[in-house]
Amino acid sequence: MKKVLSLALACTMLVSVLAGCGGGASSASSGAAASGAASSAAASGAEGGVFKIGGIGPTTGSAAVYGLATKQGAEIAIEEINALGGVQFEMNYQDDQAEGEKGVSAYNTLKDWGMQILYGCTTSGSCAAVAAESYNDRIFQLTPSASSTDVTSGRDNVFQVCFTDPNQGTTAAQYIVDNALGTKVAVIYNNADPYSTGIYTAFAAKASEIGLEIVSTTTFPSDTTTDFSVQLTDAKSAGADLVFLPIYYTPASLILAQAKSMGYAPNFFGCDGMDGILTLEGFDTSLAEGLMLMTPFNAADEGSKDFVTKYAAAYGEEPNQFAADGYDCIYAIYAAIEKAGLTPDMDAQTICEKMIETFTASDFSVDGLTGSGMTWSTAGEVSKQPVGVKVTDGVYVNM
Amino acid sequence: MTFLSYLINGISLGSVYAIIALGYTMVYGIAKMLNFAHGDVIMVGAYVSFYATSLYGLPTWASVLVAAIVCTVLGVTIERLAYKPLRTAPSLAVLITAIGVSYFLQNAAQLAFGSSPIVFPSAVKFEGIRLFDGQLVISGITIVTVLACIVIMIALTLFINKTKMGRAMRAVSEDKGAAQLMGVNVNSTISMTFAIGSALAAIAGVLLCSAYPTLQPTTGSMPGIKAFTAAVFGGIGSIPGAMIGGLLLGVIQILGSAYISTQLSDAVVFAVLIVVLLVKPTGLMGKKMNEKV
Amino acid sequence: MLQKKKFSDYSRSCIVTYAIVIAAFIIISVLKTMGMLSSLLSGLLVPVCAYIVAAIALNLTVGIMGELSLGHAGFMSVGCFSGVLVAQSLADVIPFAPVRLVVAMVIGALLAGVMGIIIGVPALRLKGDYLAIVTLAFGEIIKNLMQCVYVGKDVNGLHFGMKDQMALGMDAATGKMLINGPMGTVSVTKISTFTSGFVLILITLFLVFNFMNSRTGRAVMALRDNRIAAESVGIHSTKVKLIAFLFSAMLAGAAGALYGLNYSSIGPVKFDYNTSILILVFVVLGGIGNMRGSIIAAAILTVLPEMLREFSDYRMLAYAILLIVMMLANNSKFKKNFMEKRNLKQLERKEAAARKEATEHGNA
Repeated sequence: MKKVLSLALACTMLVSVLAGCGGGASSASSGAAASGAASSAAASGAEGGVFKIGGIGPTTGSAAVYGLATKQGAEIAIEEINALGGVQFEMNYQDDQAEGEKGVSAYNTLKDWGMQILYGCTTSGSCAAVAAESYNDRIFQLTPSASSTDVTSGRDNVFQVCFTDPNQGTTAAQYIVDNALGTKVAVIYNNADPYSTGIYTAFAAKASEIGLEIVSTTTFPSDTTTDFSVQLTDAKSAGADLVFLPIYYTPASLILAQAKSMGYAPNFFGCDGMDGILTLEGFDTSLAEGLMLMTPFNAADEGSKDFVTKYAAAYGEEPNQFAADGYDCIYAIYAAIEKAGLTPDMDAQTICEKMIETFTASDFSVDGLTGSGMTWSTAGEVSKQPVGVKVTDGVYVNM
Repeated sequence: MTFLSYLINGISLGSVYAIIALGYTMVYGIAKMLNFAHGDVIMVGAYVSFYATSLYGLPTWASVLVAAIVCTVLGVTIERLAYKPLRTAPSLAVLITAIGVSYFLQNAAQLAFGSSPIVFPSAVKFEGIRLFDGQLVISGITIVTVLACIVIMIALTLFINKTKMGRAMRAVSEDKGAAQLMGVNVNSTISMTFAIGSALAAIAGVLLCSAYPTLQPTTGSMPGIKAFTAAVFGGIGSIPGAMIGGLLLGVIQILGSAYISTQLSDAVVFAVLIVVLLVKPTGLMGKKMNEKV
Repeated sequence: MLQKKKFSDYSRSCIVTYAIVIAAFIIISVLKTMGMLSSLLSGLLVPVCAYIVAAIALNLTVGIMGELSLGHAGFMSVGCFSGVLVAQSLADVIPFAPVRLVVAMVIGALLAGVMGIIIGVPALRLKGDYLAIVTLAFGEIIKNLMQCVYVGKDVNGLHFGMKDQMALGMDAATGKMLINGPMGTVSVTKISTFTSGFVLILITLFLVFNFMNSRTGRAVMALRDNRIAAESVGIHSTKVKLIAFLFSAMLAGAAGALYGLNYSSIGPVKFDYNTSILILVFVVLGGIGNMRGSIIAAAILTVLPEMLREFSDYRMLAYAILLIVMMLANNSKFKKNFMEKRNLKQLERKEAAARKEATEHGNA
């Protein structure tokens, strides 16, 4: 009995291995299907072939909403660029479920497909594992949203379009002091999330340096049924007049609602992960009235109008900061390719070296939705200033 | 005062766990299987109720009814397709199938409803009670959840003890073979159990999302595990046990994070569970298993 | 005659298992050197090896001991983080990577073993689903604790902390984080290789097969089959069960170290209850108590979701359906009938052979 089972399983394995050998070609076609309109435009407008961009991010699982946003933002950019008729892109986007092991598998799938430039990953954890691989293989990597410094440290081929976590933390502390937004600060962060913990760590360090008093520090796990009464009560009884929330908008919406129901109304201050709270389906925007956050992207900005309309038409929702970062990533890659004069027939390694050279060149800068005149340091960090906005009457108003 | 308000929040959280745990414990008691997909049925129920209200403008009570019907059909279908063929298989095979169903529901929901979280409009419009100049707030949803929990518990207990179907369920739970010999239709009894459990899941889904108003395809999984823990805590298979287990779990979680550490709140909950099981190996209200020779 | 057979059925089955593993290793190595293996598959080799070892370890608990554990990822987690910590901090002391890997795996296994005793002593007093929930609880506790662990290294040596990065008080210039709370291990030098994974599988198989055949192993199986009978002949139930559980935890720890040293960064979230379930799926699908089945199932079910990438958005849905269908097919009437017929035939064949031999013997 065991033999038949093992034989059957062995046969399945053989088949799957064979499928793997032939996988190169077929995954390419599925990738083409996935990037939809972008690739068909590529096919018609290509003269010297197309650049193969591999994308990685979670499209299933609990972080899928962020991965899909970066994917869709990039697709809009690719469509626009391909329509210009010059440099042509084709993107193959692979799921990593926000996990290192799956991320590396996604990366290897893309390598088999013939990826020349890597766009991703969306989350820091997966990105740190993938960046080690791309560094060894010398493939240029630009991440829209993996903001941990662990992603870029020691790897010259990895660049970020988002702010780094420490950068956000220190800027936030400085901003609060400079604008006298609060004197006693409470922090509520997600201790199961590298992004949240990273910002908190830098924030706390900066706060003690510049004399900002943190009166309450509480955490919560990644779980949708979190009750924030303990955290809020702690902040309230410590007399905090400002609550710093370096977290994503979904738990933040719960905090705002619970603070209101317990009658606690301090100033709330968030980071770029907070962007998206106003477009959260069914969210009562009056809860966010007076919420301050630092975001690189404002959907109501004049310059973002075109992107927002296209995005809404294609995906039926308003883009958030993740989508905008994704859009900017592709344009940054485009600008660097144009500047360095790269052609699609070059191999990934050559492209990588040229791209690194271009990205770190002093005269290379990109104007995007999330910042104008973005430049990159050799450490892979982007230079752009977060804009402090305040929610007034349900829209962002620059502070 | 702070302690009291923590206690109330704990009861509020606990009553949500309790209502989910009731479904778990019932299916376990009769079908002797850990239905890991229960948490995801809850998520489906919440989505159905949400869309019934937002798309078709149904009133809250009607949307809960629709959700209950859809979940009942879903629960019975799952039972027919995935669990019934495994009635004689080892219990682990059923467990893995339940996990497969759980993955299936989560991923199907993502494709059907999208992965973006939705803020669930509270099913309870009632503001709540403010005591001591607003120092102590008991929200409307807390009251409704606790009441719903008690009503369901009493109704279930009566149903199981007083009706013919209930008697059949107890018989199946006691001894499947003997029940069949006595003329009990085991298959339809188990289907009925799943129908009731799933209808409860729909109600639990609406209450869960009213209390913690974000809804996404993975919403059900963690509360599902917590509720499963609660069911074991109270003694799996026991209906009052599920209620007590759920309430205690919620209270411990809130008090643990308030007085021990917010970083380790989950660890505290599970550590208490372990201690309880060591002292009472079949849970707080669990039946003592007599060993037959 | 039966005595003529050199090996018993049991050892023959073991030898077949070894042969399958060795043959698979040779074939894959040849394919790899010929460059015929896709990057995807070569990238999956080490995790597959780690999952195989973890599955065998869990099978020891589920199949041999007959107890359900839903927290084996917790042991992998302990093994992974301690192993990585050791390998990273010994980087200067032991420059030769394979030795460092062995040291890391041994330390990972030992610490996971310590955790196994801490969990096993209370948990093994419980039965059935209550034991399962306690192991699940321990797995979650380990995950929760690991999310708060910060370890850094600077000129003064190692710094441990449970609060945050700053509480370590490290030297700013030379300080380097080794384990960074929720980010987990960072900037790990990858030293796990397919060969080391293969060797670990062979060692695991050797240990497990010998254990199953040992006095303790037989006692554990006797307890599984009939506890009261086994205890009545003087088997110390708690002790032998604890030994088996400890053994299982240690192997899972070694697997965790192998896994952790294959990635530059792994967070504690990886080792949550979903991973415990994943390993359990390998065990159940491969056949409870069947080590060869665990090996094959672990390999296939790790590779399968990657092969399903062509379904893009429907990938995980397809995986879920496949899982259900496989479970149903494995327990279907059709398969049962087929197996019965086959067993009948085998029995007939054996009888015929025995009869033939007997007549030959009689003639001579």
